[in-house]
Amino acid sequence: MPEPLLSIRNLRVEYLTPNGPVRAVDNVSFDVGAGEVFGLAGESGCGKSTLALAALRLLPPPALITGGEVLFEGKDILGMDDAALASFRWRKISLVFQSAMNALNPVLTVGAQICDVIEKHERVTRAQALERSAELLRLMGIDSTRLRSYPHQLSGGMRQRVVIAIALALKPPMMFMDEPTTALDVVVQREIMQQIAELKRELGFSILFITHDLSLMVEFSDRIGILYAGKLVELSDAKSLFEKPRHPYTRGLMASFPAVRGPRRRLDGISGSPPDMLHPPEGCRFHPRCSEAIPRCRSTRPPLLRVAPDAEVACHLYPAEARRP
Amino acid sequence: MLVNDDETMGYRRTLKQKPRGLWGQLLQNKKATFGLCIVLAFVVLALLSPLLVRDPSAFLAVPLAPPSGEYWLGTTGQGQDVFAQTLYGARTSLWVGFSVGVAVIVIGTSVGLAAGYFGGLVDDVLTTLINVFLIMPGLPLAVVLAAYLPAGPLTLAFVLIVTSWSWHARVVRAQTLSLRHKDFVNAAIVGGESHTRIMFLEILPNMTSLIVSGFIGATVYAIGAQVGLEFLGLGDVSVVTWGTNLYWAANNQALLTESWWTIVPTGLAIALTGFALVMINFAIDEVTNPRLKSESAWAEALRAAEVAPGFSTPVIRSKDA
Amino acid sequence: MRYVLRRLGFYLIAAWVSLTLNFFIPRLMPGDPASAVFARFKGMLNPEALSALREAFGFTNEPLHAQYLTYLQHLFRGDLGISVVRFPTPVSDVIGESLKWTLLLAGTAVVFAFALGTLLGIVAAWRRGGWLDSIAPPALIFLGAFPYFWLAMLLLYVFGFLFGWFPLRSAHADGLTPGFDWAFVSSVGTHLVLPGLTIVAASLGGWMLSMRNTMIGVLAEDYISMAQAKGLSQRRIMLHYAARNALLPSVTGFGMALGFVLSGSLLTEIVFSYPGQGYLLLQAVQNQDYPLMQGLFLAITFAVLVANWFVDIAYVWLDPRTRSQ
Repeated sequence: MPEPLLSIRNLRVEYLTPNGPVRAVDNVSFDVGAGEVFGLAGESGCGKSTLALAALRLLPPPALITGGEVLFEGKDILGMDDAALASFRWRKISLVFQSAMNALNPVLTVGAQICDVIEKHERVTRAQALERSAELLRLMGIDSTRLRSYPHQLSGGMRQRVVIAIALALKPPMMFMDEPTTALDVVVQREIMQQIAELKRELGFSILFITHDLSLMVEFSDRIGILYAGKLVELSDAKSLFEKPRHPYTRGLMASFPAVRGPRRRLDGISGSPPDMLHPPEGCRFHPRCSEAIPRCRSTRPPLLRVAPDAEVACHLYPAEARRP
Repeated sequence: MLVNDDETMGYRRTLKQKPRGLWGQLLQNKKATFGLCIVLAFVVLALLSPLLVRDPSAFLAVPLAPPSGEYWLGTTGQGQDVFAQTLYGARTSLWVGFSVGVAVIVIGTSVGLAAGYFGGLVDDVLTTLINVFLIMPGLPLAVVLAAYLPAGPLTLAFVLIVTSWSWHARVVRAQTLSLRHKDFVNAAIVGGESHTRIMFLEILPNMTSLIVSGFIGATVYAIGAQVGLEFLGLGDVSVVTWGTNLYWAANNQALLTESWWTIVPTGLAIALTGFALVMINFAIDEVTNPRLKSESAWAEALRAAEVAPGFSTPVIRSKDA
Repeated sequence: MRYVLRRLGFYLIAAWVSLTLNFFIPRLMPGDPASAVFARFKGMLNPEALSALREAFGFTNEPLHAQYLTYLQHLFRGDLGISVVRFPTPVSDVIGESLKWTLLLAGTAVVFAFALGTLLGIVAAWRRGGWLDSIAPPALIFLGAFPYFWLAMLLLYVFGFLFGWFPLRSAHADGLTPGFDWAFVSSVGTHLVLPGLTIVAASLGGWMLSMRNTMIGVLAEDYISMAQAKGLSQRRIMLHYAARNALLPSVTGFGMALGFVLSGSLLTEIVFSYPGQGYLLLQAVQNQDYPLMQGLFLAITFAVLVANWFVDIAYVWLDPRTRSQ
């Protein structure tokens, strides 16, 4: 198997709140290969956005990275200084934020916001940068006269396309997308996801795709990691996850989505609420909400174990075929 | 929010055990305790001054005598005890200041609540009124009003209220607007509660820090503006206040005679009181908007690990990594 | 454009309210300005003069609304009455002479203080935790807690009397004829320093803190973290992404604080015997010159309204969202 493009190993991220440290990401490891779409799923507050931003060292105080490695093309991002980071960012990994309205600077034109990143990382003239910006807009189906528009003059869908255009500006090998379509209506959502899929086929970049919309994720990703309370509880390829979800939490998530077709059934949620991250439960973090919990779950934390060639689970219910990956 | 809104919800959930609300947190805040101590000290000194010092109005001694063992802060151009005047001045100045503060928040809160709650025409009219008074400069209006009224602290209080009520009203209105459409308000309306009850018993309790902050701000303004008007000669110059102290000092050629002791103590008293009050307001700001507080635990961790804060998330590997 | 016109409408309303207040205040108060003036000139004026004075003050026997109309007519002719202090010079002339000095002093000092304070606020937020962020604000706030005229006296004493570096009074040296020659201009300049410095010292803390707090709020926005993710230089982020957005509420705040700072500058003029509106105000109060007082009230209020209107125009230039409707 070729070297993974992105390799996250034992990453730990804490917030030093006035009430004490909160471990938002706890010992998470996974790889993303070239040209692969890796989906990171979990409910609100589970740490998925924190993870993505931490990998790029973009979290503001009081966040702290307390352990692990984030290797990209073999280089550890956690070891870089500010100058190296500034050069690395966007060129190697770019970001698509959830809310384009908030991600775009209200007082700068669209053109200025595409040009500035091109001019920062490459030796080009203003004219060349503008030309490339126009091309990028055209690629996203936006007329190039919009270079002179301000963000508030564009529709929601257009703004999201602009944000994606900016993300593509340096043709990076990898993109992090944090809920890229959540703020949009369903029809526009579909259009944009299809456009992203098309671009990915053409340009071949990898995607770390973060969302809480599991159905979207299953359709779009190659592999999926399920995050709960800052820990990875299941890691498997998309098809297997969909057909055979193992971890009780994953199964709960799957059951929470209604099927458009097929027989009507009662919608089950997952009872309870996410844990208090200041004082998480002992043992398995999910056990208070788990209908299949056994005594062991309350005392011992389940490690992430490979239970099939393409699946890893952190659950005491799956010890049998266990072999450490 | 920087991190996905959902993340901060989770993070905020962990702060559920927020300690004893506003007051508890304030007492833990250094700025607040500093400010409160100073203000209390002045209030106590003001109240006790008749017992502590000589009669400030008596023409006792050699005029313009510098500080000495007998007269700690020297004497004024009329032979009065500066130390006594400084302490006594606090009585009226603070009394007027706090009274104006109370009046301003009563009027400002009522108007702001009404404007934000009722909306429509009521809001339009009240907002225009608020904005007009907000934009008119205070001093000229104060001078005209004070000139036609009998000189004295009551006039000053009235004039100060007229020129400062609108700021607080505007702030309260903004906050009321943001709370107006929340579920608990709608529930109260549907439940048939009277408008007054909803405004004062449902919406108002959610604005405590705003009210306290407004009170302090109005008081600071009142003390300062009072002093200014008295300096102009619009106060009752026979009453001992901080402002009249400075009025007389200027009129007695303090600078020409280089009698700094007639000016400095009162000035310092005014500045310290104002500064202390502002510090309390800062503390309230910090407590209600934690972003303003420097992230001390985080900065401490960095210092301990000898990592300089840069512009990216720092990496401090914990021992048990 | 519509925004600017709407604001103009508001200022016209405010001006009308001021005019009307100016009309009613003397009539609502106990005491009668004419009698007060008469008493002052006791023995020097005959009793018929009292009714003449009353008429001059507009206190005729006509019904109130007629008096109001007469008042408005006088106002639009620029007739503000006769000054007592400079009897028999019309108030409008007296004010006209001094207005330019107030505009010069307050204008330059306020603009300078705002610019400097804003700059300091930007740097303080940029380097959070640095000395500019932790020590300077409380120190400047303490400085600003002293009354304007007190600081004026301090500066006058130390730099005027003790060191003799700057002149002690007036707007320029006696005997110099106004003109744009170097002698006159430099004299005006040296006479501006101490009063100007007073205003700057007293107001700097407020401007700085306000900008710093606004910047901190802006720095938490998504478009800032996107700018960081793009690998842009800190300079570009702080200036073009953060400061340019923080400037908007800051400019709004400037307009609102203008009246307050102007009041302080008027008191400063008194200490330096600077021949502006403030100095005139003192003389009016000392001499119970009601026409002058009221004339000054209108002049100063209108000046603040006009200044605010200019600030609004500047705001439209700064914020693209107000331009396109």
